[in-house]
Parts: sequence; structure tokens; C-alpha cells
Amino acid sequence: MIYFDNSATTKVNPDVLATYNQVSENYWGNPSSLHNFGEKADQLLIQSRRQIASQLGVQPAEIFFTSGGTEGDNWVVKGTALAKRQFGRHLITTQVEHDAVKHSMQRMEELGFEVTYLPVDEEGRIRPDDLRQAIRSDTTLVSVMAVNNEMGAVQPLAEVAEILRDYPKIHFHVDAVQGIGKGLHDLIFNDRVDFVTFSGHKFHAPRGVGFIYGRTGKKLMPLLDGGGQERGQRSGTENLPAIAAMAKAVRLLKQHEQQTVATEQELRLNLRDYLQQFAKVHIFSGTGPHFAPHILCFAIEGVKGETIVHAFEEDDIYLSTTSACSSKKGLTSSTLSAMGVDPEIARGAVRISLSDQNTMAEVEQFKRVFAKLYEQFKTLS
Amino acid sequence: MEYSEIMVRYGELSTKGKNRKEFIRQLGQNIRNVLKPFPAVVVKAQRDRLHVVLNDQPAQPVMDALQQVFGIETFSPVVKLPKDASLADIQQTAEQMIKEQYQPGQTFKIATRRQNKNYPLNTYGVDDGVGSYILETIPGIQVQMKNPDINLQIDVRLSGIYLSSVTIPGALGLPVGTGGRATMMLSGGIDSPVAAYLAMKRGVKVDMIHFFSPPYTSQQALAKAKDLAAKLAAFGGTIDFIQVPFTKVQEEVKKRVPEGYLMTIQRRMMLRLAAAITIDRHCNGVFTGESLGQVASQTLESMRAINDVTTLPVLRPLISLDKTEIIKIAREIDTYDLSIMPFEDCCTIFTPPAPKTKPDLEKTHEFEQLVDVDGLMQDALAGIEVTKINVGDDYLNSQEDVFAELL
Repeated sequence: MIYFDNSATTKVNPDVLATYNQVSENYWGNPSSLHNFGEKADQLLIQSRRQIASQLGVQPAEIFFTSGGTEGDNWVVKGTALAKRQFGRHLITTQVEHDAVKHSMQRMEELGFEVTYLPVDEEGRIRPDDLRQAIRSDTTLVSVMAVNNEMGAVQPLAEVAEILRDYPKIHFHVDAVQGIGKGLHDLIFNDRVDFVTFSGHKFHAPRGVGFIYGRTGKKLMPLLDGGGQERGQRSGTENLPAIAAMAKAVRLLKQHEQQTVATEQELRLNLRDYLQQFAKVHIFSGTGPHFAPHILCFAIEGVKGETIVHAFEEDDIYLSTTSACSSKKGLTSSTLSAMGVDPEIARGAVRISLSDQNTMAEVEQFKRVFAKLYEQFKTLS
Repeated sequence: MEYSEIMVRYGELSTKGKNRKEFIRQLGQNIRNVLKPFPAVVVKAQRDRLHVVLNDQPAQPVMDALQQVFGIETFSPVVKLPKDASLADIQQTAEQMIKEQYQPGQTFKIATRRQNKNYPLNTYGVDDGVGSYILETIPGIQVQMKNPDINLQIDVRLSGIYLSSVTIPGALGLPVGTGGRATMMLSGGIDSPVAAYLAMKRGVKVDMIHFFSPPYTSQQALAKAKDLAAKLAAFGGTIDFIQVPFTKVQEEVKKRVPEGYLMTIQRRMMLRLAAAITIDRHCNGVFTGESLGQVASQTLESMRAINDVTTLPVLRPLISLDKTEIIKIAREIDTYDLSIMPFEDCCTIFTPPAPKTKPDLEKTHEFEQLVDVDGLMQDALAGIEVTKINVGDDYLNSQEDVFAELL
């Protein structure tokens, strides 16, 4: 099997899985229990939090464990809107956010909040000037993703941070679910960012676990109330096996980050150069620092994305129609339409997303299959 | 800037007469102790100054360590030139030093002191030579004699010429070990570690006494107290941690003594044990974390009733501090987060709902006769365990290495 759908999910690393199993086996106490067995679990929780914080260069008290990216995005968007509602009811985001942010924003609109959705240019990036003009005295949140999950555009976070330096009270949120471990650390953890969302299963950790970074002193309203775990901010018995496994995955990710970025970038550019030769292929992911190393989005004119996905499936090659979350709904890519791509072409968009586990041999195999399929499709369209 | 040494200025030491030598020797030893992680560094304790020769070791981590040592008034990172260095050498070093911290619009001053009278230039010559050179080479810089932004000190001494431009305040106090030895009743709460810290600040070497009452108190409570001792070891070197089994005493007292006097007699037993240990270890006093009026046992009447068991000095450095002031210090010395961990300690179990805040001395004596004081004392003293605790020891997270394998 050739798995080219790593932005949808990644395979759990065997060493990470081993940690998951050992923790389930040996440290299944409840970290909140008073007895020594629970205490041990608590110590492991503390050490996991410490390790993630030190890998990212932040404080342990700035890490809050969640059930994943969706929860993190919901929490920051709704938690900010509600916590700061007496200061203002205006939120700003982009037209190309993941649905976890976008639909959270829409939910807040139902509750009487106002949301500005910033447009993007043909590279899929917002224009800092648009943000500057959108900010009002009652704005409480600016949420901009690090890397677009559909076509890999890297948003100009440094410029956003620069603008927001004049508005210290606005919460600045970055959805970095696709951005972690891609050589973008300094861009994401700029000195202005307040909240960052991460999801474990996007970097070879198990599903159902993630975390947010929350700058010391910045408050969210909790979405989950109960036993007061996560310093009262996110109740629920801690998913310790997954958290410990994720701590290990973060360490491995950071340890090999440079190598990973180099591998992914090499494979991506090789694929991109190859696909460019075909007259009916449109490529939406560019080169250079404005694009993440692991995502390549393209379309074949006149062929539906779904058709391409299933055609590759026959040869045991897995890619997706833009984002996994919207593929099942048969929607055309919202990111591509925001970029002004002709809807006829956008209908054909597919996404290759790589991990450090992919190889040049797989890329060569993909090319052989692509050449064969392209000939078939050409006669059809 | 490559600093060659850190110059340490003694605090209160300079007022000591005949004991001065002993103080300097002890401070030198304490500094060597905290600088163990930097093997290249050499510590020279001299009569008027102490020099930490860096031997290419970066200055910052060494200065961070020095900041926790009692008996230091201030210290400065210094560049040392040979004692016969030329004016040109001094000028270039001074320029480099000032450029490193100069912000446009700042003022400076050169202050030369000449101990070496054989040096060809006198103080004025050095001041003038270096000052005018700086004015030429750093455009826009101004001279200001009173409160300059940058005060460059040049010490022309027999051993060499020392340049420094930064003075960092030290921890003050007296070197630990020069103030004799005492014990400290360390519970695990917020107050006692702060009291221990203040005892050390006056040069006292303290041994920690901790009462533990399994199964009423947990292993975690004991580990937490040991971890607090490890935090305090940063200020006074290795600490002897004495754990005293207290279960039987508490059970007996609870069984036989009327509720109102439970706490008073329990405390008397604690102080009795502490006094016995203090004398046995040739220490000369008992420190506690008591603060007047904080709880029932810390009223003057209670203190009198409890103190009645010993003639040793019982020292209470926190006596007139407010809780908020105590917490502030606890945060500074990094014991606060540990102290507030929610483990029961022997002070919080068996607390009657209404302890006597004004126990009567005669009644106290009367009720105490209901328990076998000597027998209980002997049992407890027989079960003592002593652990040597160093900076960085971690008893609560003894699992850390096991976890490191997992993560």
C-alpha cells in the first residue's frame, strides 16, 4: 500500500503504540486518586506535560490536553467569544479555515456574535492589510491557521503577529494541526500568539488526543466542566495512555524534524515537477516558504476528484479529495473556491499529503500509475 | 565579552573582627560547593575579595549559582589584564565592555582605584586616558559623574588590572556554617521551609526534623518534605533530613488526653523530641515556622505552654510576618508549589474542632501525666532515620527515570 493521505490521519508509530500499551497496562490509575497508584499516574501525566512543553519551548502550565484538534479549535473560538463577551462580540477568521474553526464561528454567529471571514489571494494566503482593516474596537479574537489542510498554503503569521502587537487584548489563535513538525516552529510560536491547537493523530500519535497551548494569563471559558482536571480548564479523566504516547510522538517528531521536512519536500517537489508536464493538470500548491513541505493539491481538468481517488485505489494508492472531513459530503473545496479557482476545475481537486514514512520508490510507483490513468482520462474528457 | 573572572564582594563580613578568616574560608567552601557542576572554575577566597576564575567557562550560569549563596553583598563579571598592561590595552578592553551595553543617549563614568602604586600612571592618568578614548571611539556618549548609566570600574591592583561595569546584588546574609548549627522542625507546609531559608541566611547550618505518622500520613507527604529539603539545599549545601516516627505518640495522646489539650500536648511531645535530637547532634537551637497568631498553637499562651518543655533557644524567624509576606518568600525560593501539594501531614490529622488557643500551664502538666512521656520518647527516638539530601534530589518523582523510558 502507498499511503499519501497523511493530512487525514497518520499511522501510529510502533514505539508510540508501545508506550500507549505499557501505560494502559501499568499506569491505569486515575491521576486524581489520592492513593499511591493514582499518584504514579499523576506523576506520569506531569512528566508528559513537561516533556511536550520543553520540546516546544513553552511552560508546562501552558499546555492543556484535549481530545484532539476539533475540541481545541472549538474551545479557543467559543471559549474566547464567551470569556470576552462583555468586551466585544466581533471575531475574525479566514475563509479557508478548517471546519472546526469555521463551524464554531458560525455557531457563535447564531448566538449573536459577528464574524469577519478574511478572503485569500491566489496562493491561498490572507492579505495582512485586510486583517488590519477588519479589526474593530470590539474584536476579541483573530484565528488564522498555520498551514491550510487542503492545499498547504502557509499563512503570513509573522505579519498577523506584527499587526496584533498594537492590540494586546485580542486573543490570537493559530490552528497548527497541519503545521507541527514542518519546520514552522518560530512562525507558529511567535511572541504574540496566545493559543495554538494541536492534534495527536496528525503526527503518528493515537487518535482522540491533542492539546492546546495557552499563553499564561490569557483566559478561555471552559467548555467542559466537572472534576476540575487540567487546572479546572478542561474537566474529564485524563486520557493518560494517549497523552504519554503523544508526549513521545512529539519528542520523536522534534528529534527528526529537519530530516522529515527535507524528505517530504524532496518527494513533493519531485511529484510536482512530474505533474507539471501534463497539459490538463492544474497544480494549486506552489513552491517556496509560502507552502508546507508535505501537501500537494492538484486537479485533472474534466475529471472529478472522486474518480481519481478511486482509480488510484485500484492500485493500492491512497490519496484524497482535498480534506478528508469534507470529501464524504461531496463538496467542492472551500479553500480553492476562496482562491478564485474555477469551480469546474476545483471539482477535480485531489490532495497528496506526505509523511516521513513515504519513499522515492513510492513516488516512482505513483508516477507509473498516474501516467497510465492520465491516458485513460484524456480519452474520456 | 569573554569575562575572565567574577569578583565577589563580601557583605557583613567586613565588620567581623577576629572571625573574619573563618567566615571567608567558609564562604569559599560554600561557593566551591555550588560551583561543583563547573569543574574548570577556580575559587580564590582572599582577605578583601573573593575571585571566581572562570578559565573559559561562560559567566552567566556561574553568576546564576552565585546569586543563591549567602554572605555575598554584590558581584561583578570582570576582565583581568596583566598587572603591567599598557594604557592602550586598558582602553581597548574598556571600549569593548562599554560597547556591549551602550544604548544611544546613555552616560558613563570611569572610576579608577590604584592599589599598585608602582603602576606608571596614577588614578587620574588612567581615568583621563580611558575616558577620553571612550569619548573618541563611541560617538554620542556623554560623561556624567553622578549616577551614570555605565560605571566602569578599573582596579589597578598588585595581582592585575581588573575592569568591570556591572554590579549584581547577591543574597546578602552570612555564609552558611558560620552561624553554628541548629535543627529545624520541617512539616511540609508553606512556613517551615521559609523559616529554614531565613535561618540559613544568618549563617546557620540546619538539620531538618520531620515527624511522620504512617498510615495517617502518606509516603507522598514524606517525599514532599524531602523534596522541600532538596530545594533548601540550594542555599546551604547537603542537608541532614531526620524523620521521626510519630504515629504512636499521636495515637496515645488522642486516646488519653481531653480534646482541648490534644494539640498542646502533641506539640510538647514534638518539641521534646526535637530538643533531644538537637542536643544529641550537638546543635544549639530549634528553628520553627511559627508566626504569631496564625493558628491555635501559635498564640503567645500556646507558645509558652509548648516551649515549657525545653530551655534550648526556640527560634521563630517568621514570628511577625504576615501569611502573604511568607508566601512571597516561598515563591522566591521556589518551595511554594511543593508546599501546597495536598498531602496530609502530622499537623493536620487529629486536629480537634476547637483546640485551646489559651491553654493553661497547670492543666497541661496535669493532662500530660496521663501519657507515658518517657516511653513514647524512647520508642520514637529509636525509630529515627537520617537521609542526606542534595540539591536536585527528587523523591516525589522517583519514577522519573522509569517514565523517561516510556516517553
